[in-house]
Order: sequence, then C-alpha cells, then structure tokens
Amino acid sequence: MHHRSATTESAPVRWLLIGLALLALSLFLFLPLLAVFVEALRRGVDVFFASLQSPAALSAVRLTLTAAAVSVPLNTVFGVAAAWGVTKYRFRGRALLLSLIDLPFAVSPVIAGLVWVLLFGAQGWFGPWLAEHDIRIIFELPGIILATVFVTFPFVARELIPLMESQGSDQELAAVTLGASGWQIFRRITLPNIKWGLLYGVLLCNARAMGEFGAVSVVSGHIRGKTNTLPLHIEVLYNEYQFSAAFACATLLGLLALLTLGLKTAVEQLTHQRASRRT
Amino acid sequence: MSHCLSAVTLALLLTACSKRATSGSTVLNVSYDPTRELYADVNVAFAKQWQTTHGITLNIEQSHGGSGKQARAVIDGLQADVVTLALAGDIDEIARQTKLLPSDWQAKLPDHSSPYTSTIVLVVRKGNPKGIKDWGDLVKDGMQVITPNPKTSGGARWNYLAAWAWAAKEYHGDQAQILAYMTRLFKNVPVLGTGARDSTSTFAKQGKGDVLLAWENEAYLIDREFPGLADIIYPSLSILAEPPVAVVEANAAKHGSTQAARAYLEFLYTDEAQAMVAKHFYRPRKPEIAAQATLRLPDLPMVSVDADFGGWAKAQATHFNDGGTFDQVIKP
Amino acid sequence: MSKPRVIPGFGLSLGFTVTYLSLIILIPLAALFVKAGGLGPAEWWRILSAPRVLAAAKLTFGASAAAATVSVGMGLLVTWVLVRYRFPGRRVLDAMVDLPFALPTAVAGITLTSIYAPNGWIGHYLAGWGIQGAYSPFGVFIALTFIGFPFVVRTVQPVMEDLGSELEEAAATLGASRWTVFWRVILPALLPALITGFTLAFARAIGEYGSVIFISGNLPMKTEILPLLIVSQLEQYKYREAAVIAAGMLIVSFALLFFINLLQRQLNWHKR
Repeated sequence: MHHRSATTESAPVRWLLIGLALLALSLFLFLPLLAVFVEALRRGVDVFFASLQSPAALSAVRLTLTAAAVSVPLNTVFGVAAAWGVTKYRFRGRALLLSLIDLPFAVSPVIAGLVWVLLFGAQGWFGPWLAEHDIRIIFELPGIILATVFVTFPFVARELIPLMESQGSDQELAAVTLGASGWQIFRRITLPNIKWGLLYGVLLCNARAMGEFGAVSVVSGHIRGKTNTLPLHIEVLYNEYQFSAAFACATLLGLLALLTLGLKTAVEQLTHQRASRRT
Repeated sequence: MSHCLSAVTLALLLTACSKRATSGSTVLNVSYDPTRELYADVNVAFAKQWQTTHGITLNIEQSHGGSGKQARAVIDGLQADVVTLALAGDIDEIARQTKLLPSDWQAKLPDHSSPYTSTIVLVVRKGNPKGIKDWGDLVKDGMQVITPNPKTSGGARWNYLAAWAWAAKEYHGDQAQILAYMTRLFKNVPVLGTGARDSTSTFAKQGKGDVLLAWENEAYLIDREFPGLADIIYPSLSILAEPPVAVVEANAAKHGSTQAARAYLEFLYTDEAQAMVAKHFYRPRKPEIAAQATLRLPDLPMVSVDADFGGWAKAQATHFNDGGTFDQVIKP
Repeated sequence: MSKPRVIPGFGLSLGFTVTYLSLIILIPLAALFVKAGGLGPAEWWRILSAPRVLAAAKLTFGASAAAATVSVGMGLLVTWVLVRYRFPGRRVLDAMVDLPFALPTAVAGITLTSIYAPNGWIGHYLAGWGIQGAYSPFGVFIALTFIGFPFVVRTVQPVMEDLGSELEEAAATLGASRWTVFWRVILPALLPALITGFTLAFARAIGEYGSVIFISGNLPMKTEILPLLIVSQLEQYKYREAAVIAAGMLIVSFALLFFINLLQRQLNWHKR
C-alpha cells in the first residue's frame, strides 16, 4: 500500500485534478460540440437526416474521403521517414530540418492554398504549360489534394519525433551489433515501440485532413456537388441560411472524433490480448 | 526508393487530373454570394427550356463566394462559362488580367449587361427602438452599425459608396466633412465581417448591432429567414447597384458551350426570369414585371457609380485601394 | 556529428524526407518568395511597417503565444488525468480532445462566436462581469486556444504513456515527496514533448484564419489578424503585396520555430 501511494496522488488530489480537467474541457470542448448538436437538431431529426442524404452532401463526403485517402498515407510514410532520420542520427542542419518540418503549421491556410495557385494557376509558373496540355490541377481534385497534403504535412512526423527522441536508440544499436538489417530493426523494434504515437499521428492527420477549410477553400472553386469538400459544403449551407443542415453536416465531422475513439480502443485491446497471450 | 515514391505521388496526382466533358452540355456559372436562391430557380427553368428547344439536358453548375474571390478564381483558371458578379469592376479585372473576355464585355448585353438592379437599405431591430430614419442617424453616440469590410466584400463597397453619396449631398460635396462623417460612421462599427452573409449572421444570429447595412434583397431575405427580427428602413438616398453578367468567351469556346452560355444570360432578360428576379427581391429591368410582383419595392432617389463616382475603376482607386478614403476613415 | 551513424537507413530516410519536403513545402513556398521578390526592399519595408500590419502582427503573435501557453498548462493537466487516472467517461474525454481538429475551422468559429457572443451561453455571463467575449482580442485568444490545445495533449500523451514507473518508484523509495518526483523526475522527461506541443500550438495559431475571422470582429488596429490582411490585399488583386506580408509572416514564424528547436536541442544535450 505504501508503494502504491508513492507513485500516485492521494484521492482528493486525484479528484481535484480530474475535476479541473473536466471543467476546462467542458468549457472548451463540450459546449461547442453541444452547440453544434443543438443547432443540428433544432429543426428535428427529419431535417437532420435529409440534409445528410442530399446529393450535394454525399458528393462532398466522397470528395473529402478521397482527399484524405490520398494525403494521409503520403504524409504517414513521410512522417516515419522523417522521424527516423531526425532522431536516429545527429547531423549538421538538424534543427533547421526540424523547423522546416514544423513550418506548414505556421503557414496560414490562406497561404497554403495560394502557393499552389502561384504554381499551377492560370497565371502561375506552370499555368501556360498546363493549359496547353489541358491538365487541370487548381479548382479540381488534384489541387484539393495538394492543399490537404500541405496542411497536414507535419502531423505524423511531429507526433513521432518527441516519442522517438525520448526512447533513444539503445535498442536499435543493440540490434545492429547483433547483425540485424535496417528493415528488420524498423519492423521488429522501432515500429512496436512507436505504434501508439504513429496511430495518434495518423488519426490526427486524418481528422485535420477532413476538417481543413481555409486552404481547400482557395483551390476548390466551390462548384456545388463537384469540388465542395464537406467543410466547404457546410459553409455553403450556412451561407444559405440552412443552419440546421450546416450543423448536421458538421456533426458528421464531430462523429469522426468518436469513430477515432472506437478505432483506438479496438487497437488497444487487440494489442493487449496479444501481449497477454505471449507472456 | 525516394524517387520511386515521388514518381508514385506524381502519377497519383496526374491520374487524378480530370478532364471535363467538352460536349457543351455543361455551363459553369461563377457567381457572388447573395444570388444563390435566384440562380437555383433560374437554372431549373433554363435547363427545362433548353431541353425543349434543343433536346439536350443542360447541366448548369453553380459556384458562389465573395465577388472578388470569385473573379480571382476565374483569373487563376476556374473554368467559368459565365460570370455573374456583384460589381463591374470585378469582371473588368478578369478582362484586364486575362484574355478570357473582351474589354467591352459590358456592351454585349442590354442595360450595361446587368439584367436586374438592387440597392442598399438599412435593416434595424423590430420596431426600430433606436428610431433610425436615415444615414445621419448612424453616427449618433452609442449606435452600433454592422457592415462587412469594403476591402474584402463587394457588397460592403456598395454600402460605403451609398453612405458617401448621402454625406456628399448633405455636406454639399465638402470633402473634409464627408470624411468626418464616414470616420464617425466607422467608429460605430464594432464588427467588420469579411462578407455580406457574414455580417448578416452577426446581426441576425449573434444579435449584435442596432443597424445592418445590407443589399435590399438580403434585407427581405432576413425578414423571411428570421421572422419578427428586423424592420427595413429606406434611407432618403441610396445607390443603384447594377450586378453585371458576362460570358467568359474563351472558356466557353473551349468547352463548346458558347451558344448555351449566351442563351443562358439572355434568358435572364425574359419575362419568366425577370419574374424570378422580382420574387427574390431584386429589381427587375422590366417595369411591367416589377408592377406585377407581389411585393412592390419602393422608389427612392439613387445615385449611380458611373454618373456620380466616375465608374468602378475610379471608385476603387479613390476609395478602396490602399491609401484610399477608406484607409483614412479607419485610421485610429 | 557526435555519434557514428551505425544505424542503417540514413541515406534513405533523409533522402526521402528532403525530397518530399522540397516537393510539397519548399518549392511552393519558393513560388511565394519569388512573387514577393517582384517588389524591392523599399516596398517590402513600406508594406511591412504600415501601422495596420504592425498592429495585426502584435495581435497575431501575442494572442498565439498566450493561447499556446494556456494550452500547455491545460494540456498537461488533461493529459495527466487521461493517462494516470481511471474514471468513468475517460475514453469519451479522450476522444473529445481531437474535436478541434475534426471540426472545420469555420464551424468552430461560428460555434465559438455563438457561445461567447453577448447573447451566448457563456458570453452573457462574461458580459455581466464586464468582459467582452466575442469581437475582442480575448475572442481571438479563445479561438486560438481551442485550435491549439489538442496539439499539446497529443504530443505529450504518447510520451507520458511510455514513461515507466521505475524511476518514480526509485525516487519514492529514496524518500522524495510526490511534488519532488513530479518536478525532478516526471516534468524533465516530459519537457521535450511539452515544448513541442507549445511550438505546434503556437505555430498553428499564427496561421489560423477560418475560426478567427468569425469571432474577432476584424476591426483594423484592434482585432484584425495578419492572415486577414493578406486576404484584403488579394481582394485588391495585389498578389505581390499579399505575398510580401505572407513572406514576412513566414520569416518571423520560421525564426521562432528555429529558435525553439535550438533551445530543445540544448535541453536534450544537457540531459545526456
């Protein structure tokens, strides 16, 4: 019993901390979520479901899923490679590289869209060449994907770097002396160690990819039923005074957070089962 | 490995590059914010007419956003067949920066290519508790005025010019006094929205402000969407807003949709479309249609940008560009 | 430099990282700088030293720093509770943290505005105390905290979950109090993650546009943020001027990020 109390807090402190966290979260997170649901259901359940089933909403969902399906895997591969390179080695320019990886966070979404317009827009660097070959990037799916990739670029890398930093490379070094190849080290040692961080990173990256508004808004063209992603569709509905429909679609993205939770729990349980079977 | 991956990326992006059907069965209308409801009706009616006359199912795609932003999208390559924007200055800019349409686009259709007009009105809280009657009341102490930012919103530029026109008349064109009035007016603005609908929701949903400067059609829309919330006040002087339309000729030619695009815009001048214009609280060009409308929009004295401000290019440079009167007005 | 590169994969991982970084981030940003470079240094100075730009910069960076600081405090507390304690509703809470990511920024902005507006759920209490929630710099701070807070939780969480209890137990057997253990053992281990969390929340806040424009009021010199100034330049078809402000913002952000990353490297070295 003495041993237990040394590594945790007394019950009153524990409940005080839980209470404070709950308070902070309710002010910041529950209330907005509640407000979204209240608005979504204001005109009744029928309107709620009708607005989710409209063709424009379905096409927006499809587009959002497509954009996420391309950009999340790309950024995941990048994130793992970058985290490996940055944490396993010391080299000149490492802090510079780290800062460059963070940079897309600080780039305003407006700019994240604008840079692609400067490159691929009709007046941009490659504009005339693209027009000649009748290839369209801006105001079509590729532009939306590029903007999404840009905005969600650092998520996985940034999730993994502090984790791998704190874990150090001792296990990997030991494996090297035992003659393991790089791929074996990664699969057998690093990956199991970082799987939670990786999962968080991918989930965050995905959530952000689906929720991105500003950058996509610049490159989308806002063609109803064609190049509107879910967040853009929500804006359209809001601007059409269809508040309930707008918030109904917003709940879809809110539900994404809950889906994420389900996934995380499932993976957690699966690994626990495996771990207990092995021992 | 890295080359392989970047090649895959490129391939993915290229395969994702879509080519639009160029059969001329699609028309993309790039428009500004408040026309959503109007074009929703017009598109159905025109597609039906086109079906009976040409036997082709015409697919009319719609894009809405701030007028300047939409013009920029067309400049940057959005494949609009027609543009229907808030002010001629924005279409001028497309003509100036690209060769997509001729610089005399405004002469291609009747009435300076604007099939309907509108104006700027004052929207106040129900029962007008602050007793607002005219532009002069807006600069009283403690009055809260909601308007979007003229730098980011086309509608806001009409608001600004309407207030300016009233002050110019009130102070007999004395520049210093007009500027003083405008400065006091913007001192009373607690929130500058980025777009017209943004300001509308600040006023109507968030309950902020005593008076909203708005398009006339938006004012009636607020009354329909938020019954019992607001009254509409017509000032002693306002501005004649002429939202223009034009075929983006190079785009339409490329898509083979020139004929449909032109017919689409000409359709806006027909009795059928003009009745829809009236239904959505715009002012039809045809007086007989206006007379038939269920809601008669009152006549009021109006200035025009061309006659009183020397056209959009001049108005934009004098008032809204960096260093213009708006920058002086909002200087602390 | 200090260690021999014994772990394989140096060339592959860094090669890919740099290639991808160049394609997705550096080349597009280069386009921005080339555009901005179309104007001379005198023009740059004129645009960036305008009082409106300076006021917006002060608000943007100030509110972002404040929001990131509060996010770190709140984030540490929430992560601690989520990782260390078991209580009913913990999982729901955990999921809720991602909400600001999933909610489109425009929806977040609209929702926060309606809550903190003078007639909103919280806004009217604040108004009672004479505090203006929405349409004030405080409103900007609220939106930025909302946007940045999950970064702290999600960067600290995996590290905290990884933190074994061996060190804590050892410290406790040596007679250290719970506070001492926290300050001397737990916090130093979490510090890199906390700094990363701060950096991310801060960086993200600087660029945020969608949610802020709804809640801020957008008044020049008072509640106007830098990204909005970029948009107003674009509205005048002044791509170059917009690019200059964007580039200026980028340089400052990058300098800040670089400084924080250097600081973190120092910290890591001290630990070794």
